[in-house]
Amino acid sequence: MSEIQTYSMNFGPQHPAAHGVLRLVLEMDGETIVHADPHIGLLHRGTEKLAESKPYNQSIGYMDRLDYVSMMCNEHAYVLAIEELLGLEIPLRAKYIRTMFDEITRIMNHLMWVGTHGLDLGAMTLFLYAFRERELLIDCYEAVSGSRMHATYYRPGGVYRDLPEQMAKFKQTKWTKGKDLTRLNEWRQGSLLDYLEAFTDDFLDRVDDYETLLTDNRIWKQRTVGIGVVSPERALQLGFTGPMLRGSGIAWDLRKKQPYAAYDKVKFSVPVGKTGDCYDRYLVRIEEMRQSNSIIQQCVKWLRANPGHVNSPDHKVTAPPRELMKDDMEAMIHHFKLFSEGYCIPAGETYAAIEHPKGEFGCYLVSDGANKPFRVHLRAPGFAHLAAMQEMVEGHMLADVVAVIGTQDIVFGEIDR
Amino acid sequence: MKKIFRYFKSMALLELLRGMKLTFSHMFKPKFTIRFPEERTPVSNRFRGVHALRRYPNGEERCIACKLCEAVCPALAITIESELRDDGTRRTTKYEIDLFKCIYCGFCEESCPVDSIVETNFHQYHMENASERIITKEQLLAMGDRMEEQISKDRRKDAAYR
Ligand code: SF4
Ligand code: SF4
Repeated sequence: MSEIQTYSMNFGPQHPAAHGVLRLVLEMDGETIVHADPHIGLLHRGTEKLAESKPYNQSIGYMDRLDYVSMMCNEHAYVLAIEELLGLEIPLRAKYIRTMFDEITRIMNHLMWVGTHGLDLGAMTLFLYAFRERELLIDCYEAVSGSRMHATYYRPGGVYRDLPEQMAKFKQTKWTKGKDLTRLNEWRQGSLLDYLEAFTDDFLDRVDDYETLLTDNRIWKQRTVGIGVVSPERALQLGFTGPMLRGSGIAWDLRKKQPYAAYDKVKFSVPVGKTGDCYDRYLVRIEEMRQSNSIIQQCVKWLRANPGHVNSPDHKVTAPPRELMKDDMEAMIHHFKLFSEGYCIPAGETYAAIEHPKGEFGCYLVSDGANKPFRVHLRAPGFAHLAAMQEMVEGHMLADVVAVIGTQDIVFGEIDR
Repeated sequence: MKKIFRYFKSMALLELLRGMKLTFSHMFKPKFTIRFPEERTPVSNRFRGVHALRRYPNGEERCIACKLCEAVCPALAITIESELRDDGTRRTTKYEIDLFKCIYCGFCEESCPVDSIVETNFHQYHMENASERIITKEQLLAMGDRMEEQISKDRRKDAAYR
């Protein structure tokens, strides 16, 4: 009998488990992977180049669209880089708001991740539950910025607007009235902070629900334990960051190692895994949701007690208040200047990095003194993770590829940029 | 002993039953979903939906063709042409927004010095031809006339934050 040859197979880019537009060329020996070759570039939009042709502020909206699952975190890195080059100090309240929304974003990202990862591996219910909670957080996005996903909320010098004092409420209809309506609007009576407080009080139970469905489940364990193991040394060599690195047992977290925003003022711990397989990374992310929940609670408490400005008073960079703009000549000039030319940043270069839900998201910004960046480079965590695909799936079965894609938390918006 | 215990635990499908208990309990909980076209989820007063051009209470259009919104638009979605009107004021002769290009960032509304261009909370629109993506000045003004009440209500609510 002749020897059975390996054969190659296309996985994606239209495969529902490929998380967007990942195309994998798999070299298979029966059902075992011999070689995996990820192809990228199907979602390339040239964000870095695009940013070179626009005044600084105008690119903030495009940063949302990089990792479209954790929008505000992307903005944060870009805005931090601008602030660093400008040497701009932002009000403490803005820092707390950013911290809070970074954590809201982290929970949103992890909910999306746990939902889709579960769905890929056969846990359908979880997807519905996770999206139920995610919807509540998206309402927070909408309440502050007016957009459900692509917020454009962080601005150099602070944030767009202060947190609203009231939340939008459900209206009475033929089907929803009386007790039902009261229940729906229960959390929405007060301000955004009240809403968030109610959410965080409730959320830990929801995380326990997810764990009930997955953590001990034998199918889940069969699909994740021992799959895609990465040793700590190898994880470092491959440039892993975020939960991928922490899952391998290295306690590296930029929020602790080089605190930005208000992370040095809140208490939280950094969960780490042991074996570095899919199951450990799952546990790490679940625990991160709990930690984020506690950070949000601390921020809510602080923000309640400390009202104040959320924008730097330097109106060369931040828009003057509208009232002032209509009466005051100088404010008017600032307004027109800011929205037409923007502002010039002194020549120099900087690298600002934040702990994105997926890992280290960095923005390398070079300025030549003009009102547009000379060069923007974005470090996407997913790029380094995807590069390790071959190592992580080699020798596994075809179905495990889906588990590894899921555990890497691939989002193509940031990988292709 | 421990091994036997684990064996029985695993045979009893405990963790699966616990999961099923959780999902089953949702049968008796109130629904999270709503009946969509009849019922709507709440929309924030900062919502950035489709655009509109506003008028002053006396019917005069607000836009003074300063072109700040055109300059600030990151997606280059706005096109403006202007000329001097007979009464000596400058007005737009052409004001078009390409809804395919627009990224709904809200910069145009932020930049407008006379609160003329706004993003309304209307977000359920569609078009049947690709050419309908470009909305003209007349459409924008009509949109503004139709929604003025809602627009000014939302703006008033948010005035303290702007
Ligand atoms: S919302 Fe943004 S992209 Fe759309 S027209 Fe206004 S400025 Fe341009
Ligand atoms: S809509 Fe406003 S910003 Fe745009 S041209 Fe008219 S007045 Fe200027």
